[in-house]
Amino acid sequence: MSHQLDDIVKLAVLAVGGQGGGVLNSWIVDLAESNGWAVQATSVAGVAQRTGATIYYIEMLPNAPDPQAPQPVFALAPAEQDVDILLAAEWMEAGRAMMRRFVTADRTVLIASSHRALAVLEKTAPADAIADDRAVLEAAEKMSARLVAFDMEEIAQQAGSVISASLFGALAGSGALPFPASSYEETIRKSGRGVEASLAAFQAARERAEKGGVDLPQPVKTAASAPRFADGPKRLLTRWQALEARITDMPAAVQKLAHAGLVKLVDYQDLDYGAAYLDQLAGLHDLDKAAGGADREWLFTQQAAKYLANALCYDDIIRVADLKSRAPRWQRIEEEMSARPENLLQVTEYVHPGAAEFISLMPAGLGRAIEKRPALVRFIDRRVNKGRRVRSDQIGGFLMFWMLGGLRGWRRKLLRHAVETAHIEGWLEAARSALAKDYDLAVAILRARRLIKGYSDTHTRGLGKFDKVMSGAGLLAGRKDAAEWTERLIRTALADPKGEELDGALQTVRSFATDGQA
Amino acid sequence: MAERSFKKEVEQLRIGDGQVFRGEGILAITKALLENGVGYVGGYQGAPISHLMDVLADAEDILSELGVRFEASASEATAAASLAASVHYPIRGAVTFKSTVGTNVASDALANLASGGVTGGALVIIGEDYGEGSSIMQERVHAFAMKSQIWLLDPRPNLPSITAAVRHGFELSEASNTPVMMEVRIRCCHVHGSFEAKDNQRPPLTVAEALSNPKRDTGRIVLPPASYVHEKEKYSKRLPAALDYIRKNKLNEFFGPREAAVGIVVQGGMYNGLIRALQRVGLADIYGNSQLPIYVLNVTYPLVEDELLGFCEGKQSILMVEEGQPDFLEQNLRAILHKDNSTLPVSGKDVFPMAGEYTGQVMLEGVQKWLAKAAPHMLPDANRAPNQPAADTDMPDLSKTVPPRPPGFCTGCPERPIFAAMKLVEEELGPHQISGDIGCHLFSIMPPFEIGGTTMGYGLGPASNSAFHGGGEKRPISILGDGGFWHNGLNSSITNAVFNKSDGVTIIVDNYYSAATGGQDVLSSRADNKSKSTKHPIAAAVEGVGVNWVRQIDRTYDVGDMRDTLREALTTEEEGPKVIIASSECMLNRQRRERPQKAAMVKEGRRVERPKFGVDEDVCTGDHACMRLSGCPSLTLKKLDDPLRDDPVAYIDQSCVGCGNCGEVADAAVLCPSFYQADLVHNPGWFEARMAGLRRAVIGWLQRRRAAGRLQFQPAEGSGA
Repeated sequence: MSHQLDDIVKLAVLAVGGQGGGVLNSWIVDLAESNGWAVQATSVAGVAQRTGATIYYIEMLPNAPDPQAPQPVFALAPAEQDVDILLAAEWMEAGRAMMRRFVTADRTVLIASSHRALAVLEKTAPADAIADDRAVLEAAEKMSARLVAFDMEEIAQQAGSVISASLFGALAGSGALPFPASSYEETIRKSGRGVEASLAAFQAARERAEKGGVDLPQPVKTAASAPRFADGPKRLLTRWQALEARITDMPAAVQKLAHAGLVKLVDYQDLDYGAAYLDQLAGLHDLDKAAGGADREWLFTQQAAKYLANALCYDDIIRVADLKSRAPRWQRIEEEMSARPENLLQVTEYVHPGAAEFISLMPAGLGRAIEKRPALVRFIDRRVNKGRRVRSDQIGGFLMFWMLGGLRGWRRKLLRHAVETAHIEGWLEAARSALAKDYDLAVAILRARRLIKGYSDTHTRGLGKFDKVMSGAGLLAGRKDAAEWTERLIRTALADPKGEELDGALQTVRSFATDGQA
Repeated sequence: MAERSFKKEVEQLRIGDGQVFRGEGILAITKALLENGVGYVGGYQGAPISHLMDVLADAEDILSELGVRFEASASEATAAASLAASVHYPIRGAVTFKSTVGTNVASDALANLASGGVTGGALVIIGEDYGEGSSIMQERVHAFAMKSQIWLLDPRPNLPSITAAVRHGFELSEASNTPVMMEVRIRCCHVHGSFEAKDNQRPPLTVAEALSNPKRDTGRIVLPPASYVHEKEKYSKRLPAALDYIRKNKLNEFFGPREAAVGIVVQGGMYNGLIRALQRVGLADIYGNSQLPIYVLNVTYPLVEDELLGFCEGKQSILMVEEGQPDFLEQNLRAILHKDNSTLPVSGKDVFPMAGEYTGQVMLEGVQKWLAKAAPHMLPDANRAPNQPAADTDMPDLSKTVPPRPPGFCTGCPERPIFAAMKLVEEELGPHQISGDIGCHLFSIMPPFEIGGTTMGYGLGPASNSAFHGGGEKRPISILGDGGFWHNGLNSSITNAVFNKSDGVTIIVDNYYSAATGGQDVLSSRADNKSKSTKHPIAAAVEGVGVNWVRQIDRTYDVGDMRDTLREALTTEEEGPKVIIASSECMLNRQRRERPQKAAMVKEGRRVERPKFGVDEDVCTGDHACMRLSGCPSLTLKKLDDPLRDDPVAYIDQSCVGCGNCGEVADAAVLCPSFYQADLVHNPGWFEARMAGLRRAVIGWLQRRRAAGRLQFQPAEGSGA
């Protein structure tokens, strides 16, 4: 029987090294051969594959010619605009397939898992550098003849298998190849290893693919939604409800953030702390009113609600110990480990407190006195500053966290609180004084708070960046582009772990804001 | 111990006459070696022929049944030198390594082998690693063939062609007393196909038998005056004999019509790509029946001049399809035509790119460009338009969206903490001059580590720092893998450093075997290997050649220890080279071995601890400092559904193997207290379970006591505490 070029089915798999692409490759070969097709498959194995983007390529021809007859000549690599079926084992790899022009609107069935395996550069930025999955979705809908997209990684995990099995299922369910599902299943069975789990993943994915439709990409796992509802002793609940009621005095645009802030503060400290937050916020809101915030959807109050709450809930040892000794946390770990009742769970905490953190736990007066004696600080550092592995599932370890968490009641008398309060006041004062003259600059100043995060050195670095941005904002005050430049400084600081680019940007600001005087 | 086992596949090597062999290219090559009575095989692993070494290792039983000796050579030089067995004895030998790094290392032996010539067929199977997915893609093996006058086969990439090339390779070698190289490209090595098998042949003379009857022939030894004779013999006797064999056995193939205005000359390995381009412009059918004459060079060196001239006769244009640079074949063709006083126009690198892979698109565009010039009437109308159709110009621009994904360390890789420690030391002592070697550790060049300046060759990491060996405020740091150490590093790098009183620091990354190339054993492997001698510690070798400052680290995941040791090496008063041996097993292979074992133990009801790391999402502040010291695939991010938080927080997914790097780094770098290790204990003992129950009861009581005095917040109304 004679064949046309179009009879050759060209299938490419774009995967991330380590996803089991080789297994999928050999399944597809076996599937096609057992259905009497002629097949050629190639791959690029080797070091280049380790966790990097990798590609498998298969060409198939229905009704394989007799071995004695002339054989089809297949290509060894996919060509641009010449692929019929493209399997992408990760969402950005689907994007890469399109960039490489392996997906064409007139013929390519694009079968892509909508989950994300983040690339290193997405993870290392100090802020949020996660790629825009929607851009890939838009392109995929436009560039493919047909799009089959859902979270195949999740399906595989649920079945205790790997994504190659659910991709195989999606291929079956897509109907892109004219083979019955039973033929696919037979192929998996013949391959021998992990058959049951593979079949389960295969079937779930096949059914999902047959249903059609596209699941929106799941960029990255989203944690459970933030806590909102209170439960507890009646006397506390009554006071809580009174505080919650005060939120309704705020403009609608602010309420969500203010409520989240209030929850965070009460959870962090107590109801009084929450009440003080609302007082402070109300004061800032009054200033916002005077500055014409009503026309700006109360942006200043919004940002204040958010960043003041974060600032007041500074990350100290008490906070960490409190969080680590709570019951819901234990449950979360059990879920994450898929622990069954017959299993035991041992939890080891990796903590490394420094002298500064230790001293900040002291009453303000004592702490300040110690800070003035470098020899004493060094002595404490030698005692305290070392990595500790604490078994928080054992009584001793747990008690340590539990008791440190119990220092919560003292928090407002401790050195750290004094330091943080003064810092917050300085920051708010800068925002307040900017507000009357330059609304946007005031908002930018509030946002600069985002730079302070982390513990120990990271925290110190964050503070340094914050100070630099604030000094820039100070230089810029009074200029028309002050807010724009301050926001730019914040963005630069967020993108750059070392702070070198921030220094450069600040240098630029200095050169024009001071006419080269500074 | 290899990463991929071919135990099942190698059974196919036993099939006989008339049966159909199905499988990968490399397995087919092995089968062809056996069918052609090979007497000994050897080689050195490296993409794309790593699996060929794995197949040979897994086929050792079959090999020894046939009296075939298999050596996992110490280096490509060793492999090439082993072909010396075919100099005086009529024994067929084959070795394999990757081009061109392997060929570079093997050059000394290859030059001498080619000089004296061979009696038994000597075949070098070269994995040409050019193009996508290649780790060492520069240079062409063609140059080596020409300089040593070794014939170069480049068969069409299908199983019948490459297995036939093995047979012809041996016969050509014997007919011309010259070693022969057979070049197979990466996709050809892994191409899946079939061919009709023959019976395996026992070598007529085995190496064992030869050893009992030693032979020598002074005329074949590379020493003046014999070597002067060799040089003449190459040209006057061996080349004509080779050309005769190639012509007589029709090693090069003609396809398409004999008579036509234009024709194409193509390297065998490029044939499928060319046919696809012709198929796409409508000038070939799917079986490769071409409307244009094609001359396929299954032998790319030497060219058969009269065949070529015959092909060119009467044509108005010739296209040379030759991948890579320099364009040896095109130059050769032009020289042949020039000598023949022909003015026939030759196309090649004018329509194809000088460098880089001939991908489907490149091939299509090259053929179209040439045809548009040379034979426009043959192009279909759609193709005659000067520009590419604008079908895909409305493709959305994803170049700023899709992040690059270069290869990197695997989840749980024991090399990650070494480079994390190095970053920490650099934070204290400032940046250093660092040279890398060849191996997985080179991934440290990529983000997030971005460490290392040069890579000069296998085992040459410390050697490439030798100019910096003494004096100066800082010490140079070099990295060497265990594979590289045994390959060439002990001699070229370590003894050199000892002899020259180097002051530098060398880190030898020991992952228990040659991990990067797929887990082949080396001398220091910890595993038992029934046919190889393992368990020779690197430390003993290093001390043996005179290094006094040696530190052995048996758990690289201890980032603090790693950092302190490195700091000590960089600051100690001790003179002479400082060597740190950082040992932990390759996690990829370890997991492949241990995961099924542990699953079986759990099933059997035995106590098993399964570690995994986690991050407290409300403790993590989203700074990602931990990511910048890790790059672990399992340490990733998740977004929080919290209007107060801007940045995604760290999260450890299910692929975590519990190596501990993230926790250790958080500790050593004093990052944050978010990391915890959770060990899930399967089948705990009775007492242990009882004690854990008691502890939970006490802890639960304390938790409830505190909870009673404060408000509890939940994500949804009424959801459990």
